[in-house]
Amino acid sequence: MALSRIASSSSRSFNLLKPLSFAISLRRSISNDTTPMTVETSVPFISHQCEVPSRSVETNPKELLTFFRDMALMRRMEIAADSLYKAKLIRGFCHLYDGQEAVAVGMEAAITKKDCIITAYRDHCTFVGRGGSLLEVFAELMGRQAGCSRGKGGSMHFYKKDSNFYGGHGIVGAQVPLGCGLAFAQKYSKEETVTFALYGDGAANQGQLFEALNISALWDLPAILVCENNHYGMGTAEWRAAKNPAYYKRGDYVPGLKVDGMDALAVKQACKFAKERALKNGPIILEMDTYRYHGHSMSDPGSTYRTRDEISGVRQERDPIERIRKLVLSHDLATDKELKDIEKEVRKEVDDAIAQAKESPMPEPSELFTNVYVKGFGAESFGADRKEVRATLP
Amino acid sequence: MLGTVRQKLLGQALQKILPVGSVLRSYSSAAKQMTVREALNSALDEEMSADPKVFLMGEEVGEYQGAYKISKGLLEKYGPERVLDTPITEAGFTGIGVGAAYYGLKPVVEFMTFNFSMQAIDHIINSAAKSNYMSAGQMSVPIVFRGPNGAAAGVGAQHSQCYAAWYASCPGLKVLSPYNSEDARGLLKAAIRDPDPVVFLENELLYGESFPVSDEVLDSSFCLPIGKAKIEREGKDVSITAFSKMVGHALKAAEILEKDGIDAEVINLRSIRPLDRSTINASVRKTNRLITVEEAFPQHGVGAEICASVVEESFAYLDAPVQRIAGADVPMPYAANLERMAVPQVEDIVRAAKRACYRSVPMAAAA
Repeated sequence: MALSRIASSSSRSFNLLKPLSFAISLRRSISNDTTPMTVETSVPFISHQCEVPSRSVETNPKELLTFFRDMALMRRMEIAADSLYKAKLIRGFCHLYDGQEAVAVGMEAAITKKDCIITAYRDHCTFVGRGGSLLEVFAELMGRQAGCSRGKGGSMHFYKKDSNFYGGHGIVGAQVPLGCGLAFAQKYSKEETVTFALYGDGAANQGQLFEALNISALWDLPAILVCENNHYGMGTAEWRAAKNPAYYKRGDYVPGLKVDGMDALAVKQACKFAKERALKNGPIILEMDTYRYHGHSMSDPGSTYRTRDEISGVRQERDPIERIRKLVLSHDLATDKELKDIEKEVRKEVDDAIAQAKESPMPEPSELFTNVYVKGFGAESFGADRKEVRATLP
Repeated sequence: MLGTVRQKLLGQALQKILPVGSVLRSYSSAAKQMTVREALNSALDEEMSADPKVFLMGEEVGEYQGAYKISKGLLEKYGPERVLDTPITEAGFTGIGVGAAYYGLKPVVEFMTFNFSMQAIDHIINSAAKSNYMSAGQMSVPIVFRGPNGAAAGVGAQHSQCYAAWYASCPGLKVLSPYNSEDARGLLKAAIRDPDPVVFLENELLYGESFPVSDEVLDSSFCLPIGKAKIEREGKDVSITAFSKMVGHALKAAEILEKDGIDAEVINLRSIRPLDRSTINASVRKTNRLITVEEAFPQHGVGAEICASVVEESFAYLDAPVQRIAGADVPMPYAANLERMAVPQVEDIVRAAKRACYRSVPMAAAA
């Protein structure tokens, strides 16, 4: 333990390479090592109508390794979903999040499961961040009973109410007023918790967003609007959609912060800052500067409106997982082999979950008629041929 | 039951003696009177009192006491945290209401008229109605969307549409439409207590109308079942279905028809979704003739659904084609004479009933 303390005290000066001798004695304690350390964010925060949080983020080896593992898991999961889609096991829409993992992971590190998150349809990783299992993800994507919505929702409709994850919404922008409603309810119930309502640069121009923001500001709701700016609304680059693409400023009288969304620690710091502020002063906007490697969805190759050089450039320079890997290695918190082992473990977890999900059966035909209402009062519902298929809603 | 008809006549007679809107307490032998406005107000008040999770929001519901005074006194009684005046931003505040319902509160969202609900219809359908299904039961949405629906008087095309058919076509929603004060109290209480999203279609012209209410109706635990129609007037010759204001028209038509020896059964739908198909079909199997009445545009309307249901379930019992009486198939005009032509009148219902009974002259040639 003494050795690890020496190691961490000198890690306060960042990017300093440690002698390898420490690595050997550190290895056993890293996974639970919560010795505080400080890391600087990649770039400073930029603010609108508010103060700027510090670039120095408190973290610890355990947290960094958790970030690495969780993001590697999410990355693997999304890539596996790509293959399943191409194998036609996933149908319809499939919007992948790979590249944006730092937002999901950094946010969770700053909040509790009593805080609420609501997002749009690029929701697989957000669901996992809230505690959803890989089995629930793959089974839902394949429309099976073990899915988080029992196969009735699909890719865009993941929910986990017991950890305050409210979906999973297909209509661009709708989730923002809904999220402000969650914040309203939290304030009404005197919970001292906040809601993070995530939306993309494509949704940032929606009128209902500004309507909800106005009400949230008037009523001092603890709502944090998080623009995951991956710079493309489907095939439309932000400069073609927004007269003012500085989304963190679009709240006008509502303060905003611009954050490097590829830096999980910056995301964590911003979310922590936003939570404290929202509980006291009402709504705030966070703009996460992020990037998606895949196209908008599996129907979009993602290369007709952006160059392959741009995509590989971001992967080279800003990949969130590589960022944490470099941090972990440079602080000697784990060896390269240990990190590769984590990636292998994670890959196996994903493969096992897929195998298990494939075993899960499709829903029973009677499920067509379940959950239409909470209380159906014996009302009748019908199939395509109502003389053939009818059901009583309980 | 004839008793109901007598009670209605008594109520109407009392209306002429007493000022409209007064609630009788001193005349123990006479039925108590209550306007639809008072009925809705008292229902909101009692449900807010019983459950702290119930709150009201909409334009002018608070300080203005309600655009139509339905929420009078509620701000004073429950405070600004539970009675919220919103800006004129239906999409925004409806979404906020649905989000609050996701969390477990019980919002009552008022639309100044349902014409403005179109600005928020995505939230009503996609965020509220479908959520319980898409989430396999995780996201229930105990919300009520209420406000005046259909034509008022002279308000023109953009302020006169009836939305019953649009909302009632959507699985996951419940759609209720009261006629009298008993309906207003019982159905609104049922709607607020209901765990599913309910669209509650009132009528501006009925707000000031007074109806007799029994002690049972006045009790704070009073509630009407969702999905059950009421036979307002029993009859044996022809069934007339109606909801909201048209129930009054149908009852007047029934009185006129009685003089001509046609005994009409008037069914007050109360619930548009779920639709009480069994009551409607049982009535048609008894009378063998059906008139559907609604204020709304005719195409793809409530009457069309009722007609289809009866043709599917009770075809052999029909002695005449089903007749539909509906609003004219045009946007609502302003001029008083044109407006009168655009909304069903009592004589339209009488004429249709006679046609169904093969009592009328051949139909006029198409214009």
